[in-house]
Order: sequence, then structure tokens, then C-alpha cells
Amino acid sequence: MKGIIDYFRSPRQTSAKVAKERLQVIVARERSSRSGPDYLPALHKELLEVIRKYVQVGDDAVQMNLESEGDCEVLEVNITLGDKQ
Amino acid sequence: MSRIVVITSGKGGVGKTTTSAAIATGLAQEGHKTAVVDFDVGLRNLDLIMGCERRVVYDFVNVINGDANLRQALIKDKRTENLYILPASQTRDKDALTQEGVQAVLDELSKEFDYIICDSPAGIERGALMAAYFADEAIVVTNPEVSSVRDSDRMLGILSSKTRRAEQGEDPLPAHLLITRYSADRVEKGEMLSVEDVQEILSIGMLGVIPESQAVLNASNAGMPVVLDKESDAGQAYRDAVARFLGEERPHRFITTQKKGIFGRLFRG
Ligand SMILES: Nc1ncnc2c1ncn2[C@@H]1O[C@H](COP(=O)(O)OP(=O)(O)OP(=O)(O)O)[C@@H](O)[C@H]1O
Ligand SMILES: [Mg+2]
Repeated sequence: MKGIIDYFRSPRQTSAKVAKERLQVIVARERSSRSGPDYLPALHKELLEVIRKYVQVGDDAVQMNLESEGDCEVLEVNITLGDKQ
Repeated sequence: MSRIVVITSGKGGVGKTTTSAAIATGLAQEGHKTAVVDFDVGLRNLDLIMGCERRVVYDFVNVINGDANLRQALIKDKRTENLYILPASQTRDKDALTQEGVQAVLDELSKEFDYIICDSPAGIERGALMAAYFADEAIVVTNPEVSSVRDSDRMLGILSSKTRRAEQGEDPLPAHLLITRYSADRVEKGEMLSVEDVQEILSIGMLGVIPESQAVLNASNAGMPVVLDKESDAGQAYRDAVARFLGEERPHRFITTQKKGIFGRLFRG
């Protein structure tokens, strides 16, 4: 029975799902800026400005993630330029 | 040995004071000598929830400033044995709680009480930091809602970096999640974050889930901690949370809706 109900309900993206996805993004971002060095927010902002000289992108185009592997720190920067026209 | 427990959240109005009153009363009922301290300088709500507002003579800041001693300021609860309340001051001076002053009061309370429950003000500023700074343990009160969960995560960051334990390089203080104002019905309709969602994001141990309940307003109208309303869902959920806090294992209740018949399910709006 549950299957039928799911069938009717599943195509809809519920507002709770949207909330969860948004939270996962915000929290991940805030955690990495919390644990990282103080200059990360400024670096993020400037990177975004540089990219915007060439491509029009939204505020979430630059995702940064600081990770340490052994005694080596890696800053992963992901830049999303948006849909191909 | 005495334990200092902060009830905190970041976001305002999520149920910290309701929880402080309920947990403190529950611990006292279990025979632990408990003091509940209102850190919300300027607002002072705890005495209203505990129903002792007319017996406030001296407050936390009076004790810090030496205008009264602790014994004069502590209010003995009339309903529950082993329970004492230290009310907040209504001064507008937000800097009235100095770190040395708070430490002196907590040290003195620690000599006499098993548990010291600190009701934190909202925010992540000075008042909230003071309430958390000396804690041995934290209960993070969260509503299943985006801004509350986000603020709880920030508060967890603060607990692991800005408390005395963190600054002295000790083990981080244990933090427990208490989800309040939960509506199983709305979760089932996909309108509210579920217990699993919130726990997955915050990834700390779950102390309890308190349902959205009319009983909480009734209790606050009467000036009586909701945990004393034994018939109510919220009262029972707080009771379970206290038992878990003391190490007992109890299944979570009130997190699913009563199963409706097939028609009720299909034609639900
Ligand atoms: N489980 C619940 N069901 C229904 N109402 C609730 C519940 N928990 C708290 N409330 C209501 O929410 C409001 C805020 O509660 P409370 O004062 O405990 O929050 P708080 O976090 O201490 O707020 P503040 O940040 O202002 O100190 C009150 O009106 C209270 O009655
Ligand atoms: Mg409060």
C-alpha cells in the first residue's frame, strides 16, 4: 500500500527536502570557514570578483573546501560557471 | 561531583527556558540537588516559567556585585524537593555578568549542588558565551527549521572552541541534541524537517524530541514546569529526556503520527 502512496507523492519535491538540502550546503560552508584560516572569506570574495570580470556567475559559484591530508593542507576550489548555452 | 549543564541554541524563542525548567525539575525529582540559573540578563523569564516570580528578592547580578549572598538570592522551589532557582537580573547593563563573577557563583554552587542548569539567552554574543563558558555538558535546543538548525551548528562551533574546556585543551564538552516543537504530522506531509534530517546535519547524540504541544502554553500560563504535567505528551517527552540524560535507554516517542486508516491517508490534504 505504501508503494502506491509513494507513487502519488514522490514526484513532488517536498519543502522539507528543500530545507534539508539548503541546510547541508550552508552548514558545510560555515564549518569549513570556521575551521579554516581567517583569510578564507576574503579569498572567497576576491575569487568571485575576479571570475565575474569574465563570466556572470551567482554567489554560490565558488565553493571552497579546506582539507588536511597528513601534514599537508589542500584547498579545493570548485568554480561552477552555470549551464552551457 | 557537580556538573554544570548549559541549555543553549543560538536562535531565540526555540524553547531553552521551557527546557531548563523541565530538565532541572526532572533532575530534582530524581533526587539530585539541582540549581537552575537564569543567564538572560535584562529579560528574566525563568522565574515566570517556574512560577516563583513573586518571591524574587535578590538576583544573580546582586550576588556577583556582593549586594547579597548566594543563600539570600536562591529561591527554594515550593513544589519540588531539591530544586533551587537563581533568577536573572533585570538590569539593562549587559556587561553585568563578568567572567570572574560568574565563575565565583558557579564555584560556590558547585560545592552544594549535583547539577547546575544554565538557561542561556539567545544569540551567540556575550551572554550566551558566559552561560556556556564554564559548562561540563551542553543541551542544544533546536526546532526543526532551517534557521534554528543553522544557529545550532554555529553554537556547536562555539562550544568546541570558546569554552573553558576548549581553551584549556581538554576534551570537548559533550553536546546533546534536543529537538523541540516537533510536529510528526507536518513531518509526514513533508512540511517539516524530520528527526533524522536534523540529526544527520548536526551529528550529535539525540537526547529527546519534544512535540509541539498545547501543554507547554498551559504550563507557562500556570507558572509550572511542563514536566510536572504527567498526562501531557510534552511532559512525558521531557521526562524521557531526563531519564536518558541520567543514562537510561528509552525509545523515542511522539515522533510518528498515529496511524490513520487508508482513507485518511489517501485523502489527506
Ligand atoms: N514544545 C512546545 N510546544 C509548544 N510551544 C512551545 C514548546 N516549547 C516552547 N514553546 C513556546 O515557545 C515560546 C518560547 O519558549 P521559551 O521561552 O522556552 O524559548 P527560549 O528559547 O527560552 O526563548 P528566548 O531565546 O527568548 O530565551 C514560548 O511561548 C513557549 O510557550
Ligand atoms: Mg529563554
